[in-house]
Amino acid sequence: MPDAPADIRYVAKNMRLDLRLIAEMVAPGTRVLDIGCGDGALIAHLTREKGADARGIEIDMAEATRAVAAGLAVIHGDADSDLAHYPDGAFDYVILSRTLQAVERPREVLRQMLRIGRHAIVSFPNFGHWQMRWRLLATGRMPDTETWSRPWYETPNIHPCTIADFFALCAMDGYVVEQWLAVDERGLKAPWKRSIRLANLFGQQALFLLRRA
Amino acid sequence: MSQAATPLPQFTHAQSLYAEGLALDCGAVVAPLAVAWRGYGRLNAERSNAILICHALTGDQYVAEPHPVTGKPGWWENIVGPGKPIDTDRFYVVCANVLGGCMGSSGPPEEMTDAEGRGQGRPWGTEFPSVTIRDMVRAQKKLMDELGIIRWLAVVGGSMGGMQVLEWAATYPDAVFAAAPIACAAHHSAQNIAFHEVGRAAIHGDPDWKGGRYWEDAGRIPARGLAVARMVAHITYLSEQALTRKFGRRLRGASALTFLEDVFEVESYLRHQGSTFIRRFDANSYLTITRAMDFFDLAAEQGGDLAAVFRGTPTRFFVASFSSDWLFPTSESRALVRALNAAAANVSFVEIASDKGHDAFLLDEPDFHRALGGFLRGAAERVGV
Repeated sequence: MPDAPADIRYVAKNMRLDLRLIAEMVAPGTRVLDIGCGDGALIAHLTREKGADARGIEIDMAEATRAVAAGLAVIHGDADSDLAHYPDGAFDYVILSRTLQAVERPREVLRQMLRIGRHAIVSFPNFGHWQMRWRLLATGRMPDTETWSRPWYETPNIHPCTIADFFALCAMDGYVVEQWLAVDERGLKAPWKRSIRLANLFGQQALFLLRRA
Repeated sequence: MSQAATPLPQFTHAQSLYAEGLALDCGAVVAPLAVAWRGYGRLNAERSNAILICHALTGDQYVAEPHPVTGKPGWWENIVGPGKPIDTDRFYVVCANVLGGCMGSSGPPEEMTDAEGRGQGRPWGTEFPSVTIRDMVRAQKKLMDELGIIRWLAVVGGSMGGMQVLEWAATYPDAVFAAAPIACAAHHSAQNIAFHEVGRAAIHGDPDWKGGRYWEDAGRIPARGLAVARMVAHITYLSEQALTRKFGRRLRGASALTFLEDVFEVESYLRHQGSTFIRRFDANSYLTITRAMDFFDLAAEQGGDLAAVFRGTPTRFFVASFSSDWLFPTSESRALVRALNAAAANVSFVEIASDKGHDAFLLDEPDFHRALGGFLRGAAERVGV
């Protein structure tokens, strides 16, 4: 996926690099389900570059239609209600990119992901970032940042969590963290990967590769 | 209502004949078997670019050309043709009149034959055996074999055509690379059966039906019954929004309220639909085909487990529904998609936002056309067409 001026909207939304980091975690020739796949950019990339059998679920009808019109195996559906219908172990990787905080039941979605997939790849915006903490402390108002840009009464991000919270959930539900990294808004890897505490303070986005214990 | 049901001129439809006939699910054999069909585009040397289109209840094989009997444009000309989503410059498109139909394939209006295939000098009429959607598909398979096609690149159809698509994928999975069941369901619902029964009751109740032997009295058909059946069915093909948008409560300029003639525009529209339909469609075919739809329940032989029907299927699927379709609502398509997911099948699914009801699959729906076209191009690329 070359960086071309025409692709600027991905850079603007920081999609490209984020997706590239995820793609790096996927082994070639595997079966992949991308939940919240948008217009299918990652699926197309995995199909083309990794020879993956990649499929997607997208809640937005216009995006799903665009993905299908691009010849991708995408269904209109959502993480909360559609995962339950897949058989155990149907995929090698189940990906949930920047969506965990927006689903109704994140814990159940994660459980389903690791039921139908051998691995789960999850990315989410880190609510423990120092800017969040500072704004809440200094102004007493909900944070308003590049990542958390919508007011509390209309944000789709109903289940925000921190990197530390996510580690705690994985420990509670017995998931093995195979790989994790914290990145900044542009998806660039940050140098705090040795310390969860520092990552939780300075990482804007978190990316996890999990498997069942 | 005017009873002047001038039949349209007779026309000899191009057909393939299979002397050995076809053994049906009901146990009867129709021999010889006639399959009337049309082909568009060119079959490539590898015979890998063939797409089968399955038509709906009152459709026929004239998909992408003017109808030789009615003179109207092909019923899917907005989708099938050069440069269209089903591109006849790239694909070889085949469509056959269904078994039990009335456009040249074996069906009630054709000459009855005995077990040895000898003509009886009279139409089958109500003695045409009861057929199923699977029988229709088996008849199409005969044509496929004759054409030397090993695998359809895709099988595409809406409504009853979608039922045939599903039956193709279930019965001959290796013969279907891609399947596009549109605006359909894996079984006919009780509500759908009920609407069909109203139509059948109207035909049965017409004195001109004569127990199905109306053909004995040349030129007489159960026109009123068949027209009412069409009117009821037509309501189910539209949405409330579509009817309101087209007609609202507009009056036809009647000077006074009357029970004797059409007052509302929607009434005369329906009556027109009924009166044009009876000129081209056979009443006994209507009874036969509606019954086949009612019998359809893909999962019945698997004890209702639809996923078991498709387990291990090599076929890739494109399922589409329309938001205002209440005859085959999105919930039915979604149930199908979930069963396909449970079977670990490769499936795409979109619900197209439309206020045009069930008929939307035949109409100008750009999102639907883009999605279907993209799905077929994706399938073609994987096969190397």
